[in-house]
Amino acid sequence: MTTVETYAKLAIHPPISRGLIGGAPVVRGEDEVTRKYRREPGFPVPILIAPATLWLVVFLVLPLVSIFVFSFWKTTGHGMAPAFTLEHYRAFFISEGFFDPNRPEFLTPSIFIRTLWTTFRFTITAMAICLILAYPLAYFLSMQVQDFKWQLALFLLSMVPFWTSYLIRAVAWLPMLGRHGLINEFLIDIGAIEEPVSFFLYSEFSYTMALVQLYVVLAVGPIFFSLAKIDRTLLEAARDMGATPFQIFREIIFPLSLPGIAIGMIFVFVMVMGEFATAVVVYGGKTSTTGTVILNYYVIANYPFAAVNAIMLMLAMMIGVVVILRVVDIRKEL
Amino acid sequence: MARSTPERRRKTRIKAGFSVYYAIFLIFVYGPMFAMFTLSFQGPRGGVTFPMRGLSFVWWERLAGPSAVGDIKSSLVRSLILAVMVMVITAIFSTMLAMAFRKKFHGSNVLFYAVMAGLMVPGVLLSLGLASLLRVIGISPGWWYSALGVHVVWTLPFGFLVMMAVFNRFDGRLEEAARDMGADEWTVFKEVTLPLITPGIVAAGLFGFTLSYDEFARTTLLAGAQNTLPLDINAAMTQRVQPTIFALGTASTIFSLLMISLFIVIYTILYRRSR
Repeated sequence: MTTVETYAKLAIHPPISRGLIGGAPVVRGEDEVTRKYRREPGFPVPILIAPATLWLVVFLVLPLVSIFVFSFWKTTGHGMAPAFTLEHYRAFFISEGFFDPNRPEFLTPSIFIRTLWTTFRFTITAMAICLILAYPLAYFLSMQVQDFKWQLALFLLSMVPFWTSYLIRAVAWLPMLGRHGLINEFLIDIGAIEEPVSFFLYSEFSYTMALVQLYVVLAVGPIFFSLAKIDRTLLEAARDMGATPFQIFREIIFPLSLPGIAIGMIFVFVMVMGEFATAVVVYGGKTSTTGTVILNYYVIANYPFAAVNAIMLMLAMMIGVVVILRVVDIRKEL
Repeated sequence: MARSTPERRRKTRIKAGFSVYYAIFLIFVYGPMFAMFTLSFQGPRGGVTFPMRGLSFVWWERLAGPSAVGDIKSSLVRSLILAVMVMVITAIFSTMLAMAFRKKFHGSNVLFYAVMAGLMVPGVLLSLGLASLLRVIGISPGWWYSALGVHVVWTLPFGFLVMMAVFNRFDGRLEEAARDMGADEWTVFKEVTLPLITPGIVAAGLFGFTLSYDEFARTTLLAGAQNTLPLDINAAMTQRVQPTIFALGTASTIFSLLMISLFIVIYTILYRRSR
């Protein structure tokens, strides 16, 4: 619709002034066009979003685009040069001897695929344990603690570690897990074991446990919020109609808390998938995660191959997030 | 005192069970930190695990003196400056963005997901992307520009969500009233909006400060020649681990806790005043 047409429309439906001085014109039958031409109150949107948008383009979009572009470049001795080659993707998927039936590597996935798979396996385990630990906690805080002040205080107390250094929280596991660590001592004290076991430090167990401890608070927050939002009259109504506590949980509380579970699980998922420092500290670097692979190849200046690993990590994460979103619709939560 | 019925007793028992669980959870989350705290007073001949071989301040003294770990004092200063810069930028950007999102505009969905992507994209990816990009262009990275940029991408979604929540409960009629009385946009913002949203801005700043101060993954390839504190801690960890690292960890954790309490105090004061 042109401006002329707009004015024509306004001429047919002239605004009626209410009162004599300063009355806001009441527009009869305000349509899309008149709404568009009326100046909105508040600062103009472009000015408000321009700085942050620019920042995100430079520091978020550009790095991701460059990873994608660089993954096709060729490596030179000390860096990379523009080219279009798929050799790094090939190297990611196909290890030497992949097509040779006489070699043990025949049709076995490459070390990089296996690393990504290990990363994924650790992530899934950590997610499951985080959920099992976080849900009762969030339930306790939101449903059992009645006083709002207590609720807030206890919630903050469980969230504070999120704001402290995760490197330090990772290194703090050392005195707990070692041969003379607190866990061994404790188990000897209660008579569960006789000799200290070295099974705790630098093992899958310790790595998973450290991951859970580092990231469980990320699951507590969203689940707590979704539980706290549940309308209490629903629960009361169900109780009045004779539902058992277990039925109330299964039919009302749990379904309504699903969006919170999904958001919390997405948090844990993306954090643990991208994790690399904890693996070195508590796992002794025995097994690498895709994060450490990326850094190692960056250090030896093989940037394209680091980029390929990064893209694969990103793809795995996207698939994971999409799967979670498929299971639970979180749009109403946002 | 209410009558004790079986129903009531059952509820009390459930609640007690959950309370015990909460306590165990706290031990799980805080336990390692307390172990670290205790071991930082390890005797001079003791190691990084229990038992304690005497009590001493040796490792704390080593932390204060010139040490093998690196120049901790200046990396601490760098970390603090960086955290303050991230805090200010996060607070300003998230306020501006949340104000824009009060209206409907084209591309708001794309922008929303772009902001949220900062939460989802692993730090190591952004570090890698920006570091290799800078290398191609021929700029050497530095903590106060390249690391700063990626830090803000990470903290912005937190601040943004806080400010969105603040504006969700905001009564826009107050601003309309000021406008009707002839105030221009700046006056409305300065006199009406800002005082009401200051607690939110402080909370957004808290996320900016603490998340940046502790950030490692997003600094690791982008700090250039000079280290920030988390980088120093990481360097100390990959060398032979000594109780010095526990002293450093304890000091850093106590500092984080102090900052959080400071923010909470400021928030409470401002929140009371804005009522």
